[in-house]
Amino acid sequence: MTSSSPNTLFPFNADRWLAFVTRTCALFSAIIVLLVVTFLALESWPAIQHVGFGRFVTDASWHPLSGLFNLIPMIVGTALTTIGSLFIAVPLGIGSAVFGCFYAPPRLAGFHRRSVELLAGVPSVVFGLWGLVVLVPLLAPLGGSGQSLFAATLVLGLMIVPTIALTSQSALQAVPSQLISGAAALGLQRWVIVWRIALPAGKSGIKTGLLLATCRAMGETMAVLMLAGNVAKMPDSIVSPIRTLTTNVALEMGYATSEHRAILFVSGLVLMSVVCIVILLMDFAGGWKNG
Amino acid sequence: MGRKFLLVLCTLMTAVSLGCGQGQSSGDGGGLNGKLTLTGSSTVAPLAAELAKRFEQLHPDVRIDVQSGGSGKGISDARSGVADIGMASRALKDGESDLTAHQIAADGVGLIVHSSNPVSELTNEQVVAIYTDQVAQWNEVGGGDVPITVVHKAEGRATLEVFLAHFQLKNPAVTPDVIVGDNEHGVKTVAGSEGAIGYVSIGTAEADVKAGVPIRLMPVAGVAATTANVAAGKFPMSRPLNFVTGDDPSLLSIAFIEFCQSKEVHDLIVSQYFVPIQR
Repeated sequence: MTSSSPNTLFPFNADRWLAFVTRTCALFSAIIVLLVVTFLALESWPAIQHVGFGRFVTDASWHPLSGLFNLIPMIVGTALTTIGSLFIAVPLGIGSAVFGCFYAPPRLAGFHRRSVELLAGVPSVVFGLWGLVVLVPLLAPLGGSGQSLFAATLVLGLMIVPTIALTSQSALQAVPSQLISGAAALGLQRWVIVWRIALPAGKSGIKTGLLLATCRAMGETMAVLMLAGNVAKMPDSIVSPIRTLTTNVALEMGYATSEHRAILFVSGLVLMSVVCIVILLMDFAGGWKNG
Repeated sequence: MGRKFLLVLCTLMTAVSLGCGQGQSSGDGGGLNGKLTLTGSSTVAPLAAELAKRFEQLHPDVRIDVQSGGSGKGISDARSGVADIGMASRALKDGESDLTAHQIAADGVGLIVHSSNPVSELTNEQVVAIYTDQVAQWNEVGGGDVPITVVHKAEGRATLEVFLAHFQLKNPAVTPDVIVGDNEHGVKTVAGSEGAIGYVSIGTAEADVKAGVPIRLMPVAGVAATTANVAAGKFPMSRPLNFVTGDDPSLLSIAFIEFCQSKEVHDLIVSQYFVPIQR
């Protein structure tokens, strides 16, 4: 690439400035995550030092004020709600994107896209309130109080549908039109074009969407807090209450003092590590980069 | 294009930075000035912070610093003089008669059930049995054939402390079906489940009952759960919220305490779900 040099038409050395500005932006966005992790580590250090790593997995239960700090139920809770919500959202989201790109009449496609965008804009507390007042009483006859793993997973699934649907749709629209028209000219049926040409070609974008949705599901707090029942215990059925790492912090942070507070930062640190592991795993899972 | 954008950006930034400099003047001294430090109960601290904010608006030369750290810290800081006023969410004990308690509000916790629940009252033993999973059906305590959903609070909440202290329970012994965060969450959970029992701040529950939410406050030890009974000190599952001072508090401390006990802050006390004291 050639860099521009000053001339009479444009007296600034634009490329040098742009290089500087973009470099600063890149550094800044990369450094934020480091700052967050450092902060979490510093805040949780007193607790880790005092309690030791082992007790976060070997204690009998989570009762921080009584000196019991088992985080395993919360890790399981985060994992179960995230995986469950992906099972709901992936078919819905990709299906909706395929419909919008290949099957919808143009006018309906526009309307459909707007409504999915609108769904993406619904605040999580609204999802939570709707779930608590409408969904939970409907689920209560299944057993328990209705505030359960099932309720939280269901609403979480609905919440991450738009992330998957919108990124998948953008990925499908970015598939070169020659591929699609070429396939159509060969007389391939529409579903073959979708299944064998468009989806593989848009794989990379769809995977990015999945990653974003997974991270959102793991990080969601408010709606899960209102729907999951929040008992820090291993769930024994789909209608058992469950607590996630995020709701653990949100429930107790406001009233926690010194050591309890530091222990909650450990909860945040564990969540960060789980997110890191998931991102790494997805990175390594079969040809992610070249997609 | 690029330069025009920069120009607009610079203008905006200048406008913003100029705007920030304004709006700090005005205000009439009111006579009081100085700095107050409050430490103590994390239950009282949010209320004290609100009270302090309004007091500072009335007296711009006064600065009030509120720190939480537990009732014990409030009392020892008031005694040692580290804090001008200590905050305690309990009455003074016998060994603390060198200090003076000024009650600013009361905190009452009431048991709530769904309004369709036929059980009108539970004994303390029955409540303990329900919360420790020895009783799992309402028909065992005189109700219908409905499983009991035990609604509990997250650790660290003040209502949880009052509840556990009154029924002399240890938190690990409690076997909840649902753990809720704030009072409204508790009310909505009980309102949405016929077999639920929970406990919330009486102020919140009364307001919700008035608004038509299908919950009912249960009496505790025969005393009706009303804010009036809490204010009168008759309700057992409650505690006073106190400001604690040493022998001769400063004029500013006295002025602030009198302000906090006056009628003009009752709205702040109610907004924090506490009960104002009628004098």
